Amino acid sequence: MSAKSMSTESMSAKGSSSVTVNLKVNNKAVTETCAANTTLDELLREQLGLSGTHIGCDTSQCGSCTVHFDGRAVKACTLLVAQCEGAEITTIEGLGTADNLHPMQAAFRECHGLQCGFCTPGMIMAAVDLVHQEETLDEQKIRKGLEGNICRCTGYHNIVRAVATAAKKMRN
Amino acid sequence: MYNFNYHRPTSIDEAVKQYDEAEDGQYLAGGHTLIPTMKQRLSAPTDLIDLSGIKAMQGITRSDDGAEKMLQIGALARHEEVASSPIVKSMVPVLSALAGGIGDAQVRNRGTLGGSVANCDPAADYPAAVLGLNAQLVTNRRSLDAEQFFMGMFETALDEGELLTSVHFPRPEAAAYVKFPNPASRYALVGLLVAKTNDGVRVAVTGAAPAVFRAAAMEAALTDDFSVSALDSILLPAGDMNSDMHASAEYRAHLCTVMAQRAVAAIVAQDQARARQVTSEVTSESTS
Repeated sequence: MSAKSMSTESMSAKGSSSVTVNLKVNNKAVTETCAANTTLDELLREQLGLSGTHIGCDTSQCGSCTVHFDGRAVKACTLLVAQCEGAEITTIEGLGTADNLHPMQAAFRECHGLQCGFCTPGMIMAAVDLVHQEETLDEQKIRKGLEGNICRCTGYHNIVRAVATAAKKMRN
Repeated sequence: MYNFNYHRPTSIDEAVKQYDEAEDGQYLAGGHTLIPTMKQRLSAPTDLIDLSGIKAMQGITRSDDGAEKMLQIGALARHEEVASSPIVKSMVPVLSALAGGIGDAQVRNRGTLGGSVANCDPAADYPAAVLGLNAQLVTNRRSLDAEQFFMGMFETALDEGELLTSVHFPRPEAAAYVKFPNPASRYALVGLLVAKTNDGVRVAVTGAAPAVFRAAAMEAALTDDFSVSALDSILLPAGDMNSDMHASAEYRAHLCTVMAQRAVAAIVAQDQARARQVTSEVTSESTS
């Protein structure tokens, strides 16, 4: 993540109101130029067409826009593209495919961990990071781990079940 | 969010120079207060100076500061880094617990110690640790005592363009932080850090008033008698406290006593556990 890899334009003494950033999105190298005030969720959805990352509140509270930044869950609405130079971003599209679901996606389907589905991509990305971080998970840890994600339909019960189910499969 | 000129310096000097040259510059650390504020157009800097490329502001180390071992944390340390750091856990475990309770997981993966402290939100958790543990705040120009640093709501002793680079925590004998979290944001409605330090008992209160403060009455009572019941009759004056949709000033004053008592109970339990461990070690040595 050296500053030298930023575009020459953005490194002038006066800074720049547009930035060219090199990053990896779902394992694919991407070089994009955008206005300095572009957030990561906007880049993903509007420039890269990855609309699986949802924008819910746009105020860093609901977690619908959760993606992985170098493997850790972050809210893409609260991250400037400029801050992503050299980063590896994973979105819900990079997790599994329709034919080959990630265990977390499969568990959400199996446990009926969604109703309208709007919060689901963010829930799944947050939950995958949680399983990677915690050696053991119980209901309390899952609920605490998902504090940054809001669901207005399910009442969370089936989401917690889905995460517990997926955690077992992911560890096998 | 209005547009701005983006900078990413690699040294503290370069960052300060860029700030000084900007018409209306703003340092960017984790951005978890600044970016939402800019989205609401409550803040519209002409230049954003992203500090993430400055190595000198990163890392968590143990340093020898004279006779005393200090925990030295770079201002850019993320909450999750502090929460999971083995050095923090062994030297100042209360700080690791406090950092693990800030916001939510995604926020902890981005938010930084320096950003939180320099922002001085009245309900932030870190100021309680900085003041309660008597930390030193190091900037590009000087070193400040916690006592001098926090001035008021979103107001610190930092001068225009002055950059907080690291925070140095002395190791307390024992300490605990207990907060009553706002159920939605997890900000501290009231948060109390109680510490037994080389300078005696310190009690720092966040969330209750415009800025973090020390509760002298509680410190005096706990110095005489370090017990939960010593605080039974102590009620901090509500007149100085915040009143909003989440809690009245009177309720916050009440919570201060309750949270302080829970912190004292946690420290007493730690002390007892330590004493038991020593006893069992002595016993096992004498029987082996």
